[in-house]
Amino acid sequence: MNATSNAPETLLKVEGISLSFGGVKALSNISFDVRKGEIRAIIGPNGAGKSSMLNCINGFYHPQEGQITFKGETRSQMQPHEAAKQGIARTFQNIALFKGMSTLDNIMTGRNLKMKTNFLWQALHLGPARREEMEHREAAERVIDFLEIEQIRKTPVGRLPYGLQKRVELGRALAAEPDLLLLDEPMAGMNHEEKEDMCRYILDVNDQLGTTIVLIEHDMSVVMDISDRVVVLDYGRLLADGTPDVVRANQAVINAYLGVTHE
Amino acid sequence: MAGLTSSSGLRDTFPKLLLENARVRGDKPANREKDYGIWLSWSWRDISDEIRALACGLKDLGVDRGDTVCICGDNRPHLYWALTAVQSIGAVPVPVYQDSVADEMQYIYDHAEAKVAIVENQEQVDKLLEIKGHTPKLRSIIYNDSRGMMHYDQDDLHSYSSIQDKGRAYDAANPDFYLDSVEQGSGSDVCAMLYTSGTTGRPKGVMLSFDNLLITANNGCIREGLGEDEETLAYLPMAWIGDNIFSHAQAYCAGYCVSCPESSDTVLEDLREIGPTYFFAPPRIYESLLTTVMIRIEDAAKIKQSMFHYFMGVAKRVGMDILDGNPVSFIDRLLYGIGNILVYGPLKNVLGLSKVRVGYTAGEAIGPDIFVFYRSMGLNLKQLYASTEASVFITIQPDGEVNPESAGTPAIDVDLKIADNGEILFKSPGVFQAYFKNEEATRETKTEDGWVRTGDAGYFDPQGHLRIIDRSKDVGKLTDGTLFAPKFLENKLKFFPHIKEAVSFGHERDYVTAFINIDLESVGNWAERRNIAYSGYTDLAGQSVVYDLIQDCVEQVNRDLAADEKLAGSQIKRYLILHKELDADDGELTRTRKLRRQPIAERYDELIEALYSGKTVCPVEAQVTYEDGRTDTINADVQIRDVVTVEPTVQAAE
Repeated sequence: MNATSNAPETLLKVEGISLSFGGVKALSNISFDVRKGEIRAIIGPNGAGKSSMLNCINGFYHPQEGQITFKGETRSQMQPHEAAKQGIARTFQNIALFKGMSTLDNIMTGRNLKMKTNFLWQALHLGPARREEMEHREAAERVIDFLEIEQIRKTPVGRLPYGLQKRVELGRALAAEPDLLLLDEPMAGMNHEEKEDMCRYILDVNDQLGTTIVLIEHDMSVVMDISDRVVVLDYGRLLADGTPDVVRANQAVINAYLGVTHE
Repeated sequence: MAGLTSSSGLRDTFPKLLLENARVRGDKPANREKDYGIWLSWSWRDISDEIRALACGLKDLGVDRGDTVCICGDNRPHLYWALTAVQSIGAVPVPVYQDSVADEMQYIYDHAEAKVAIVENQEQVDKLLEIKGHTPKLRSIIYNDSRGMMHYDQDDLHSYSSIQDKGRAYDAANPDFYLDSVEQGSGSDVCAMLYTSGTTGRPKGVMLSFDNLLITANNGCIREGLGEDEETLAYLPMAWIGDNIFSHAQAYCAGYCVSCPESSDTVLEDLREIGPTYFFAPPRIYESLLTTVMIRIEDAAKIKQSMFHYFMGVAKRVGMDILDGNPVSFIDRLLYGIGNILVYGPLKNVLGLSKVRVGYTAGEAIGPDIFVFYRSMGLNLKQLYASTEASVFITIQPDGEVNPESAGTPAIDVDLKIADNGEILFKSPGVFQAYFKNEEATRETKTEDGWVRTGDAGYFDPQGHLRIIDRSKDVGKLTDGTLFAPKFLENKLKFFPHIKEAVSFGHERDYVTAFINIDLESVGNWAERRNIAYSGYTDLAGQSVVYDLIQDCVEQVNRDLAADEKLAGSQIKRYLILHKELDADDGELTRTRKLRRQPIAERYDELIEALYSGKTVCPVEAQVTYEDGRTDTINADVQIRDVVTVEPTVQAAE
């Protein structure tokens, strides 16, 4: 799936990341890379440090050690909004949408960083602000079309079923036109059909928009199906890294995550 | 004959009418479609150009006069244009139901000998690629929406716009081709072939000529006074004859604009934005609209609820008379006027029905309560009696004389007669040419002197309105000779909002029994308000409280039947609630949601036997087919209940 170029370009590189909260070591000396255009999965049991890893990548946590290189720029301390400006968007394990706002408005918030006119122009809804809004609305509509959520365009997201809320959240992340999309358990709590839908959208985003995706997921069959390479974490340590087949055959992974086989 | 006849050679085919519309009303909108949240529109001149380009492109692709081209997808302007484009070069378009599974589709493509398919999107392309090996005649596939198609590299796949581009080049090289080709068409040519969903056996291809569709469409326009300013929303399957008349033929005749919804899920919202003046919906749509309204009213504040119920009471009492122009007292008129401002007007507006001048319903019987609800609000809803073989119109309820129980009076130029066995026969300019490659069926349906057997049993009431009882072959007798009209009973049951589908049995049996499908939305809502937990249809359907709920409905039907002198003996004695919903994918319903009795009887043989034995519980195992073709089995214990029957309240005449 990552056969887009012969020499894959590295988009994100994580080197020697260690993160601790007081005495608790959440991550210790983690290194891996994400190639441009691939779907990279991070798996591991509960508390393995998966979400912490994502939080480090998008600047929400600041690791005590190590460095992160994104698009060739190395940084140790960064704020989430700077990450967003650089082209990193994410969704959350627990949906974080504005429940009282419509689907369309929620997706429009994803365009916020791209709006250039100032507050006054926007309040008056004049000239450039108006043109700009039309541009952003069009971008939001493309996302709505892409995710096939036309029927809920004007529905407050609080009234939507869980699976659809997840899709709206993905929509908001996509509206920012990110280079790197971080998905924190996009399929948690979904039924089989919703999972299949979400998988298809993730593959479509990767395939048609060319977005690089890092995703955390519990459902092993999903991970093995859609990702190009998998990182396995356990107790904050890196257990394995490689293609789904390699990871599946790794004895340490089988013991820690998939369970020990009994003969 | 009134109206347009085939002699007016200038306007006897759709392509010719298109040229005329482009000339007479070139700037008026002909089609609208919502895309990226915005309504786009095309004028008659625009669509004339688009259609010309596509027609020339099809010619360039190798489509010749007499070839068939299948068209399949949701209602899209591009697909309606394809109909006319195919007709312009003398080929025959065959619209196909877009939700058909691959097997059904293969039969139609194969039987129709389609050379080219014009489809909407990847979903349809995938289905076609699957069956292509079995349909040797199918040479090319044209798709409209290129989403998801970037990795398809088959040589015989073309995008709609690439065909149009080639068409424009062809047109430039052969400037006379298009107009000559349009000129060659005449009213007696076959202009479309529609496959009837067929309650029995394989679908049959009904061949209709330009005259059939255009004369019938024009007569319909004359009867309702339709003009170029009508607005309609095309949301029913293109493969259905009704959509061909309402969204294509009549639009070409009257020159009005047809809008296409953004997707099938947004129809209600689009309806509100378009505000159609001419609207068709099968009874189930009116039913589901009403159900949504009632559910929301139940959640509304007390004061709003009482206002709603009070004014609906007023409407029920006098609304129908006001609509029909009968005398009504001043006070009632005043109350109705207030009700219109406070309730009916806003309600119609929310439903998108404010501007409807003519609203039709057909296909199945509509519940009297539902029918009265809409009419009393001032919506001119009328029932049609229609058939594919008649190019839709057979009878229409006339303005001012609408009786919920009747199907109305014959449409313009339609002759009707009732055969000795009660079967309705008709003769009209819309009578189909023949079934494609099926002489035998044609002879069975069409008599030598041109009458068409409808297969429905009915009679004329004293006002001269047609009343339909049932399919004539379905009307049966109990062992004691009592008349048994299954559909009549089923419709009575289905008029309860909690019952979605019903199947009754009784022919050559001792008594009448029924299968019931509950309405998951309505009963589910009822259960939620009573804090009854359920995991899905099967679970809910099996609960005793739900049986109690349905029991009331069945008993009410029995009370109604007791008042009918002919049918008092066919009251329902035993019934059960089916453990799964009847579904077209399982072959239990047709694509237009009509019962397929034979497959149902075979499949649920055990349950039927249980209904006629003393059993109170019957274990079943059913196979279900999912949309992607996978199958699964459901196991359940189905309860069977007895119902008390009521003594006839009217003594039989003898």
